[in-house]
Amino acid sequence: MSEHVDIDKQVRVYFLVFGALMVGTAATVGAYYLDVSVPVALTIGLFIASVKASLVACFFMHLIDEKRIIYWTLALTVAFFIALMALPLLTSVTDQVGEFAEVEAHEPH
Amino acid sequence: MEIPYTVEAHPETGLNNGKIGIWLFLTSEVMLFGALFATFIMLRIGSDGNWAAMQAEAELNIPLATLNTAVLIASSLTMVMAWASLMRGQLGRFKLFGWMTVGCGGIFLVIKYFEYTAKFEHHHYPESSTFLAIYFAMTGLHALHVIGGMAWNAYFTGPGSKVFHTNRQWLTDRVEHSGLFWHFVDLVWIFLFPVFYLL
Repeated sequence: MSEHVDIDKQVRVYFLVFGALMVGTAATVGAYYLDVSVPVALTIGLFIASVKASLVACFFMHLIDEKRIIYWTLALTVAFFIALMALPLLTSVTDQVGEFAEVEAHEPH
Repeated sequence: MEIPYTVEAHPETGLNNGKIGIWLFLTSEVMLFGALFATFIMLRIGSDGNWAAMQAEAELNIPLATLNTAVLIASSLTMVMAWASLMRGQLGRFKLFGWMTVGCGGIFLVIKYFEYTAKFEHHHYPESSTFLAIYFAMTGLHALHVIGGMAWNAYFTGPGSKVFHTNRQWLTDRVEHSGLFWHFVDLVWIFLFPVFYLL
């Protein structure tokens, strides 16, 4: 992070982030007890986790005030990470398309 | 021979070697855990709807995991407070927050020990189900990272802190770097907790 920082201001932000992370944890556990479908629960849970992770990265890891080279390095990592996550999802979609085509082929016209 | 740019910033990057090094290491860690998360997705999609049954059978302890989440978040706060103390030139407070961070890591591992032993008492092992296999693999790897982070922080809080009197900026930078690793470990748990225990 940049050399000229107001530490007192930073410390206040750290405590605010800590409070937000605790609230986020309570919200994640609370969402578990909601009577919603699995896709909705997954969306809520991963959204809260992403917000919490962003808070940690931006403020505790000082990414909000970092040098450009770090941003570019992380952007490249994120691109590879997304590709990595997409692989199993694409495999699933390909399987389902294959199964659908098989059913279509065996149905009498 | 003196190694250049250990404290002062490299003119090309604007950062010292340690900062570049730790971020490159963390990017490799993102891909390591990313591969395991991709595996998790693959296993869950391929479970033919049996995932919820396997998860229920594993009987994971949500209250204990919630407590562990709170402990790790608290340790992230004490970690940044340790760094802030060094920035203020307060060695005593740095040591206090540093040991609190190591202590929180210890509490996390003790809770994890109780969770694991409860599983083993019920004969729930990695080979028992696909869910437990990936659960033990990912939480186990995460626990190893906690141990590594504790050792790193313990060194700088203990014997390594002597450098405070001769090269304070060097110590401050190293504590920031060890903090980056520690926050990453916290960040991974933020995803592991809902993915295994709640969803």
